Amino acid sequence: MALLEIKNLCLTFDTVGGKLKAVDGISLHVDRGEVLAIVGESGSGKSVSMLAVMGLLPWTATITADYIRFDGKDILNLSPSDRRKIIGKDIGMIFQEPMASLNPCFTVGFQIEETLRQHTDLDRAARRRRAVELFRMVGIPNTEDRLSSYPHQMSGGQCQRVMIAMALACNPKLLIADEPTTALDVTIQKQILELLVNLQIETGMAMILITHDMGVVAETADRVAVQYKGRRVEESDVLSLFESPKHPYTRALLSALPENATGDRLPSVSDYFLEEEAVTGGAA
Amino acid sequence: MLQFLFRRLAVLIPTFVGVSIIAFAFIRLLPGDPVQMMAGERVISPERHAELSQQLGFDRPIVVQYLDYLGGIVTGDFGNSIVTKRPVLSEFLALFPATLELSICAILLAVIIGVPLGIIAAVKRGSWFDQGVMGVALVGYSMPIFWWGLLLIIFFSGVLQLTPVSGRISLMYFFPPVTGFMLIDSLLSGQSGAFKSALSHLILPTVVLATIPLAVIARQTRSAMLEVLSEDYVRTARAKGLPPRRVIGLHALRNALIPVVTTIGLQIGVLMAGAILTETIFSWPGIGKWMVDSVFRRDYTVVQGGLLLIAIIIMVVNLLVDVLYGLINPRIRY
Repeated sequence: MALLEIKNLCLTFDTVGGKLKAVDGISLHVDRGEVLAIVGESGSGKSVSMLAVMGLLPWTATITADYIRFDGKDILNLSPSDRRKIIGKDIGMIFQEPMASLNPCFTVGFQIEETLRQHTDLDRAARRRRAVELFRMVGIPNTEDRLSSYPHQMSGGQCQRVMIAMALACNPKLLIADEPTTALDVTIQKQILELLVNLQIETGMAMILITHDMGVVAETADRVAVQYKGRRVEESDVLSLFESPKHPYTRALLSALPENATGDRLPSVSDYFLEEEAVTGGAA
Repeated sequence: MLQFLFRRLAVLIPTFVGVSIIAFAFIRLLPGDPVQMMAGERVISPERHAELSQQLGFDRPIVVQYLDYLGGIVTGDFGNSIVTKRPVLSEFLALFPATLELSICAILLAVIIGVPLGIIAAVKRGSWFDQGVMGVALVGYSMPIFWWGLLLIIFFSGVLQLTPVSGRISLMYFFPPVTGFMLIDSLLSGQSGAFKSALSHLILPTVVLATIPLAVIARQTRSAMLEVLSEDYVRTARAKGLPPRRVIGLHALRNALIPVVTTIGLQIGVLMAGAILTETIFSWPGIGKWMVDSVFRRDYTVVQGGLLLIAIIIMVVNLLVDVLYGLINPRIRY
C-alpha cells in the first residue's frame, strides 16, 4: 500500500483578479522508503500541492480532491486537531529559505525540543538528549553550544541542517523537502543533498523532493513526476525519464540543462518548447 | 550592555540641555508677567513692580537667568514656586504619585485590551470583528480628550450616577499618604469603603486617558501581527503540528511585540500630554493639573521645572524601552 496517495487534487486561490487555478487534477503516490522528485518550473504548482497535504495553505485557497490518503487515512476528512497529530510527527517538511524558516526570537534548541514536546511524552532531559542526537545526525559541530544559538548566529547551511533535524525529530515516515537547496551556496547545496540522501537511506523514510534542478533529480530520486502549469505531464522512474522522455515539456526541460549551453547564452525551456505543444501532448 | 547604557546616557545630556532651553524660553514667550499676576486686580506702582522683579531676579539679562537656573538644576535645585514659595521639586514629588497612578492604570488598560484586540483583528482579518475594532479604534484615536471626558462625565456621573465627577477619593475618607497611590493607601488605611471610593474615582479618568494609547496599540498590534503571520517561521511552526494558540500566541506574538513595545514606549509621552487634559477635566490633583494652574499663574519656575521633570521621565522611559528591546529581540545585543 502506498504511504501517500493523492487523487485528483485541485487548488484554487481567491485573488483580487478572481479565482486562480494553481493545481488542476493532480494525482500521485509515494511508497514507503521511496524518493519521489517533483520537477517543474516556478508556478507549476509543485509547492502548493505539498502545502495542501500539510494543511499549510492560506485561507484564500480552496482544496478539492477525491482523497489525500496518508498511511491509510484520508487526511482531508480529519479534524484540524487530528491532522496536527500527523503533521510534524509522521510528515516532516523543510523549506526553501532556511534562515527565514526559523523563528528569530527563539534558540534553535528550543525550536527543536518544541516539536518533541508536542508529539512525544519525553521529559525535558530526554528532549535535550534527543536534540543533541539529532544535531549530531545532521552534522552540526559543538552540538551542546549550538543548541543555545539563535538562528541569526548560524549560516544558511547550518539553518537548513537545523530545519532537517527539526523535521526528523519524531522519526517521520515521510519527509517533504521543498527546494531545500535553492537558497544555498553551490558547495553547501551538495552537502545538504548528500545529507538528505544519507538520512533517507539510514532511516528508511519516504521523501518527496520538490526541485527544478534536473541534476538533483538524477542524483537522488527513484521516481520523477513532471508538472507544468498545475498539471502532471509525465511520471516515470528516473532512468527512463532521462533516457526517453515522452512529453515535449520534459524533453525541453532536459534540453535546457546548463551543460547544453552553446556560446555565451544559457538555453531556456522556451527555446525547445511551445505552449501549444503542451495541449497536443507532443503529437504535432 | 554597560557601554550601551553609558552611550545612551551621554546622548541624554544634549537632549536635556535642549529641553531646558525650550522650557525656559516658552513660558517667557507667553504674554503677561508673573509680577503682574501676583498683583492681581490691584494696581501696582512701577517702583514696586521693579522691586519685585529684582527680588525674583527677572531684571537680569535672560542668559544670566538661564545659566543661573541651569546651575541650580545640576545641584538638584529646581527653584521655588513664585506663588507658593515652596521648592518645585518637592511639589512635583508630592503630586507625581497621583499622575503615576493614573498613567499606570491607563497604560495597563490600553495594553491589556489593545494587544488582544489587535491580535484577534489580525487573525480574523477582513471579518466584521476586524473592521469593527479598527473602525472604533480610528474613532478613539481621533477623539478630542476633553470632549470625550465630558461626555463620559455627563453619561456615567450625570445620567447614571455611577461614578463621582472629580477628585481621587471621597471627602469622607482621610488617611496619611504612605505610597502616594490612592488604591494602595486606601487598602492600607483599613477604612471600609475607602478602596471602593478610590477605585470609582479612578475609573473614568483611566478610561479617558487610555483611549488614545489603546487605539494606537490595537492598530499597531494588528499591523505587526499581519506582517508576522505571513512569515516563513510561522509556517514552520504550523508545519510542526503546533496548535493555533501556540503558533499565534508564542511564535507570531513574540515577533510582533517588537514594534508594539516601541509604540507603548512612545505612548508614555502621549500619556503625559493626555494627563494634563485629563487631570484638568477630572480635577485630578496630579502634575498635569499643577502645570496648567501654574501656566495661568505665570509661575515661571514651576512651569519650566515641571516641563523639565516630565521630559526627564520620558527620556528615562525611552531608555528603558530600548533596554527591554534587547530582552525580547535576541538579534539586538548591546
